[in-house]
Amino acid sequence: MSGPSSMRTPLERVRGLGSAHTGTGDFWRQRLTAVAMTLLIVPVIVVVIMLIGRNHAGAAQILGSIPIAIILLLFIVASTWHMKIGMQVVIEDYIHNEKLKIASVMANNFFCVAVALASIYAILKLSSGV
Amino acid sequence: MALSIVHRATGVALYFGTLLLAWWLIAAASGPTAYANVQAFTGSAIGKLIVFGYTWALMHHLCSGIRHFVWDLGYGFKANEREALTWGALVAGIALTVLVWIIAYAVGGGR
Repeated sequence: MSGPSSMRTPLERVRGLGSAHTGTGDFWRQRLTAVAMTLLIVPVIVVVIMLIGRNHAGAAQILGSIPIAIILLLFIVASTWHMKIGMQVVIEDYIHNEKLKIASVMANNFFCVAVALASIYAILKLSSGV
Repeated sequence: MALSIVHRATGVALYFGTLLLAWWLIAAASGPTAYANVQAFTGSAIGKLIVFGYTWALMHHLCSGIRHFVWDLGYGFKANEREALTWGALVAGIALTVLVWIIAYAVGGGR
């Protein structure tokens, strides 16, 4: 493909972004979301510990406060994105039947988006106080 | 050491464990009855075991992931360094899990 007789220019080869045609995008975003969660893990654990033993009214009040809602929203986005990439790598490593692989990658995307949107909706609802 | 498969396994466990976190947030947004159901589950023996396992999976995946950051930056590839990073991640993951639960009981146990 890129041998001495290739008609493709180096720029064209770069634009092709390798066999997956997505380049290192997922590799980079997996690290990006990992660093984000490493920074957020302590505040998130503090929030969870603040909630232990509280009834619904107390928990809803804490979860609806602005800084806590923002910390949780950031963590949800980073974690569900990281999950999606990580599980796709696992699927691509172990599932070799092409149709089953595509179905699994789709299911993975649906699962991660559903978990993300359900959690984000819950936090926004708590923040709006209804 | 074959800890890279543990990194992957804890990742898969955390993937499905997020259902518990999503359930908890949705219950908090739904109302007192739904929230009481979550608390009944997380307060039960099996619930506590699952949350404890989730805590360990998270702490281990975090520490093991930091080990991968070190490798991504190009350090720690000598045999003794690899061993030290791997054992360090294993021990730190367990230590952090115990620490988080001690703090959780100390702070939240009396409420």
